[in-house]
Amino acid sequence: MATATVTKKPRSTRSTIALKLLMAVTGLVFIGYVLLHMYGNLKAFGGQESFDAYAEHLRTIGEPLLPYSGLLWVIRVVLLVSLVLHVYAAYTLWARAGKARTTKYAVTKRVNSTWSSKTMRWGGTALLLFIVFHILHFTLRVVTPGGDSDSPYERLVGSFQIWWVAAIYLLAMAALAMHLRHGTWSAAQTLGLTNTASARRNANLAGYLLAVVIAGGYSLIPVFVLAGVIS
Amino acid sequence: MAGSTLHDGSSPLNQASKQTSDDAHGYYVAGEPLVDPVAPTGPIADRWTTRRFENRLVNPSNRRKLSVIIVGTGLAGGAAAATLGEAGYNVKSFCYQDSPRRAHSIAAQGGINAAKNYKEDGDSVFRLFYDTVKGGDYRSRESNVYRLAEVSTNIIDQCVAQGVPFAREYGGLLDNRSFGGVQVSRTFYARGQTGQQLLLGAYQAMERQVAAGTVEQFTRHEMLELIVKDGVARGIIARDLVTGEIETHLADAVVLASGGYGNVFFLSTNAMGCNVTATWRAHRKGAYMANPCYTQIHPTCIPVSGEHQSKLTLMSESLRNDGRIWVPKNKEDCDKDPRDIAEEDRDYYLERIYPAFGNLVPRDIASRQAKNMCDEGRGVGPMVGDFRRGVYLDFSDAIDRMGEDTVREKYGNLFDMYERITGENPYQVPMRIYPAVHYVMGGLWVDYHLQSNIPGLFVTGEANFSDHGANRLGASALMQGLADGYFVLPNTIREYLADGPFERISEDDEAVVDARRSVEKRIDTFLSINGSRSADSYHRELGHIMWEYCGMERSEEGLRKAIDMIRELKKDFWTDLKVLGTADSLNQSLERAGRVADFIELGELMCIDALNRRESCGGHFRAESQTEEGEALRHDDEFAYVAAWEFGGEDGAPVLHKEDLIYTAIEMKQRSYK
Amino acid sequence: MNLTLKIWRQQNPSDKGGLKTYEVADISEDMSFLEMLDSLNEQLNEIGEEPVAFDHDCREGICGSCALMINGQAHGPEVTTTCQLHMRSFSDGQTITIEPWRADAFPVVKDLVTDRSAFDRIIQAGGYISANTGSAPEANSVPAPREKATRAFNVATCIGCGACVAACPNGSASLFLGAKITHLGELPQGQPERDSRVASMVAQHDAEGFGGCTNIGECTAACPKEIPLDVISQLNKDLRTAIRHGH
Repeated sequence: MATATVTKKPRSTRSTIALKLLMAVTGLVFIGYVLLHMYGNLKAFGGQESFDAYAEHLRTIGEPLLPYSGLLWVIRVVLLVSLVLHVYAAYTLWARAGKARTTKYAVTKRVNSTWSSKTMRWGGTALLLFIVFHILHFTLRVVTPGGDSDSPYERLVGSFQIWWVAAIYLLAMAALAMHLRHGTWSAAQTLGLTNTASARRNANLAGYLLAVVIAGGYSLIPVFVLAGVIS
Repeated sequence: MAGSTLHDGSSPLNQASKQTSDDAHGYYVAGEPLVDPVAPTGPIADRWTTRRFENRLVNPSNRRKLSVIIVGTGLAGGAAAATLGEAGYNVKSFCYQDSPRRAHSIAAQGGINAAKNYKEDGDSVFRLFYDTVKGGDYRSRESNVYRLAEVSTNIIDQCVAQGVPFAREYGGLLDNRSFGGVQVSRTFYARGQTGQQLLLGAYQAMERQVAAGTVEQFTRHEMLELIVKDGVARGIIARDLVTGEIETHLADAVVLASGGYGNVFFLSTNAMGCNVTATWRAHRKGAYMANPCYTQIHPTCIPVSGEHQSKLTLMSESLRNDGRIWVPKNKEDCDKDPRDIAEEDRDYYLERIYPAFGNLVPRDIASRQAKNMCDEGRGVGPMVGDFRRGVYLDFSDAIDRMGEDTVREKYGNLFDMYERITGENPYQVPMRIYPAVHYVMGGLWVDYHLQSNIPGLFVTGEANFSDHGANRLGASALMQGLADGYFVLPNTIREYLADGPFERISEDDEAVVDARRSVEKRIDTFLSINGSRSADSYHRELGHIMWEYCGMERSEEGLRKAIDMIRELKKDFWTDLKVLGTADSLNQSLERAGRVADFIELGELMCIDALNRRESCGGHFRAESQTEEGEALRHDDEFAYVAAWEFGGEDGAPVLHKEDLIYTAIEMKQRSYK
Repeated sequence: MNLTLKIWRQQNPSDKGGLKTYEVADISEDMSFLEMLDSLNEQLNEIGEEPVAFDHDCREGICGSCALMINGQAHGPEVTTTCQLHMRSFSDGQTITIEPWRADAFPVVKDLVTDRSAFDRIIQAGGYISANTGSAPEANSVPAPREKATRAFNVATCIGCGACVAACPNGSASLFLGAKITHLGELPQGQPERDSRVASMVAQHDAEGFGGCTNIGECTAACPKEIPLDVISQLNKDLRTAIRHGH
C-alpha cells in the first residue's frame, strides 16, 4: 500500500487531548464548587436560622462592591460556562469514540475497567438531568414537591420528607460519587500529573476520598431528614 | 595473540588453494575463477578511507533524478532507505510485512558489537577485525571485514543520536558486555531487545524520509522477479499481497536487503515469512549464490515439543554465561526428574571436553556436542521422532551463587519466555535447550561495493555472503546489517549511480514484459495444479531432509541422499500441490507456495555446495573432515575460496566459480578451543 | 483437546463478513494458539475450504504482527502476544470466538487481517529524532541519566501490535502514542523536537480516526509488553506544554 499523506500544521488546541484537558479543568471547577456547596448544605444541621442566614449571606457577600446576589451570579456564570464546555467536550469525545469503532465485537471482556469508569458517560448524562431538576427544584422553584416556602430551610426539609424526592437526590449522589471517583483520577492523568506509580496511587486515592466525602456529605441531609433528625 | 600475527596488508600470506577432492562430481559444472573486480589494495587500515574518497560523488541536483529500489526493511534495508532518502535519492522501499517495523531484525536479542574500547580492555578496530575473521574460520574477505570493524563505531554514534535506548551505567554513559565467548566487552545492548531497538531506530529514520517524500513505502508487497535489461538490473516485479496485483517497479538500481534463508529448514528461529524468494529470483536471473551451505546453528533454543511445531524460539546465548549445560551420564536417567539425578551422575560435557572455555565454547561446537549427546541417547525431554532432543541448561549453581533475585534481574525476561512456551519454571527445574538454525552466512555474491555480478544489483545484510565467512560471531549480525545500510552501501552505490541519469526503460520493454509474464504464469500454475498437499506440508518435509542431512553434521553419503530426496520432493511439489483461493486477493497459501518452491531449489544447491566442500569450517561440519578427537578440520590448501554458484538453467547443473581468499593482514590458523 | 472455534470470515474489505463455526480435534496443550490455527488451516485446505487469513510472522512475541481478539480479549487471556499464547490456557470442549481488531482506523483486509498502516503514519508525523546518517556526535559525548534511559527503554519495547486500540472502548491509540512520546522525550537527544513531535503525532492520531482516551486502562491491561498507563499521562503533559509553547 502506498502511503497516505501525513497531516501538516497540527493545531493542538483542537485535539482530543485538548478536549480532555478542557474536561479536566472544568471538572476541577465543579469539584471546588460542590465542596463549597456541601459546606453550605451542612449548615442544615445548625437549624433553620443558621441555614437561611447562610443562604442570605451568599447573596449579600461582597456588598457594596458587588450588587445583591452579585457573587452568586459570577459563580453561576462560571459554572454554566464550565458545564457547557464539559458537556460539549464529553459528547464530542463520545461521538468520536463511536465513530472510532463502528463495527462492534461479538464478544467483549473488560478486564481493567472500574465500574465508575464504565459509567462516566451515562452517569454524567444522568447527573446533567439531575442538575436541571435540581435547579428547577431549589433555584427556580418551578418544581416544588416539598412546598414553596420562602425559607430555603423549609423547602429543603419539606422536599426530603417526601421519600421519592429524597431517593432522587440519593441516587444522584451515588452517580456523583461514581463520577468523582473516576473523574478525579482521570483529570489528574489528563493533566499529566500521574507520571509515577505513587502519583497514580495518590490520584486514585483522591478519587475515592472525594467521592466518599462529597457524596457522603451531601447524602447526610436527605438521610437525616428522612430519619426525622432534621425537621 | 602477539603482534606478529598481524601484517600490513601489502603482501599475500597464503597461496591460492587447489582443490584435489571432488565429492560433488557430476552435480556441478566447473566455471571460470572469480575475482572481485573492485577489491581494494594497500594497507588494510587505509583501504576503506581511500575507497570512499575514490568513489565518485553524485551531484545533489542529480540525486533527485536517480531512483533506487530497496527490497526488505530490516536493519540493512531500513537503514539504507533512510540514508539514501536523506541524501536525496528517490527510494522505493518494499516489505512483505504490514509495516517496515516488523522485519525480523527486530527479534535479535543479545547486542551489537563495536570497537569503541570504552572499557579500555584492549579492544580496537584491529581486534574486532581479527576476532571476526577468526570466528568466521578464515572464510571471509579480509577487506570487507576490516571495513565492518572500522564503521562499527559510527553505528553506535548514529543509533544513540536517533534515540536508541542502549543500556547505560550510573554515570549516564553507555554500558558494554562481553558476548559470545570473546574476551573484551564490546557489545552494546538494550536488555534482551537490542535488535528491536536498533530496528525501530532505522524504521523511524526511514519513516521520517517517507514524510519528507524521498522514500515511498510499499508494505505487503513481495518481490517476485528481478528485471534485467541488457545485463543490468533495472527493477522488480512485485505482487501487492492485498489486491494480488502484479506491479512493475523500475529504477536505476536495485538493492536486495531481504535477509537470510534459514527457513529452508522449516523449523528455525527465523520469522515465518522469512524467505529466499527475492535473492533466489535474482540468482535465477544470473546473480551468483555464494557459500550457500554456511548456516549457523544456535545452541540455546527452546526444544521442539511435537510435530505441530511451526517455529523455534531462541534464547539469548548470554544464558551460557551463568548456566551449566549437562546431560545424564546414564541413559536410564533420561526420563527422570533432573533434580533427582545426583551430581556424580551428571555429565557437564562442555566443561569436561573443553576445560578452558567450558560452557562458552563457540556456537557451532556447543550445538554439535548437544546433538552428539542426543544421538548417543542421552538427550532429555519428550521423545520427538526417534530420540529425545534436548540437553539441560541448569541455573541452580548460579542461583546458589548470586541469589535468585540477581538471576531474575539478569535473565528474567528469558526465563519468563521459557516458562510461557514450555509451561515449566526454570527457577526450579533446569531449562531444556536444543540447537536450531539461526542465521545463514551464505548469500548472494557481492564485490567490495556490495554489488553482485549483475551490474546495478546490490545486496546488503544477511542476504549477501560477504562478512562472516563460515561462521558469525555473536552480536555481529546487527553490526553488519547497519554497517551495510548506513555507511557502506551509501558510499559505494554512488560510484554506480554517478554514471546516471540512466536511459529510461519502458514498461513495454521486452525484458519487463517477459519478467511480468513469467510471474503471472507461475502464479497460475500454483493455482491450477490442484493436487492434494499444502505448501506447508512440502516445506515441513524439505525441512526434515535439510536438518537431517545438511544440518549440524554433513556427510557425503547423507548429502547425496538428500539431493535425491529433494529432487523427488520437487517433482511431487509441482504435481501434487494444492493452493486454494484466488490470485486477486490476499492469499497466504499462494504466498507460501512461491516461497516453498524457491526453498526446494535452494535446498538442492545447499547440499551440492556442502558436498563439494569436503572440509569442516565454521558452521559447516563434514563428517569426513575431523581430527581424531572429533574436532572440525579445515583444509586451507583445498578450500580457502568462496564458492559462488551460477544458476545452470531449469534442468542444468549449477556452475561453480571460485574466488580465492588471499590474506594479507592475518595469517590463517587452525582454530582450537581445547 | 477438542475445541469449537467461531472465527470471523470476511472475503475482502467491502464484504459484510460474519462468524463461522469450526470444530478442531486433537489439539495439544503445547501448541501455540497460532499452531492451533495452522492445524485448522491444514484441515480446511484438505476439505477444499479456503484457509483463514491471519497476520503472524516472528512467532516469538516481538514483531507485533499477530493480532487476534480471542474471547473478547486482545491477544487472549494471558498478558502476551497471540503467538506466545499456548493452548494450555484453554480447556477441552471450550468455545473460542476469534475476531479481528475492531477499529475504523484499522480496516479489515480479510478474515482476521487488518490494515494498521495508521501507526506508520503516526510515526511519520514525528515519531523520530532527526539525525541524518553521519551527523551523529560521539556516542558518549551526551550522557543520559540512567533512570531516564531505563524508562525510555521500558516504553520503547512497544511492538506496535495495536492491542491497545483493540481493547480500548474508545478505539484510542493513546498508549501507542504515549509510549513513543515518552521514549523519545526521556532522552537528551529527543529534546529539540519535543514540542513539535507531540503536536504532530497527536494531530495525526486524531486524523486517523482513533478515539480519545478516557483513562480507563484497558489498553495497558491488554498490552503484551505491559507498557504502563503513565505514558499517557506523559503524553498529556507534553501536549499541554506544547500548547503553552504555542503549538
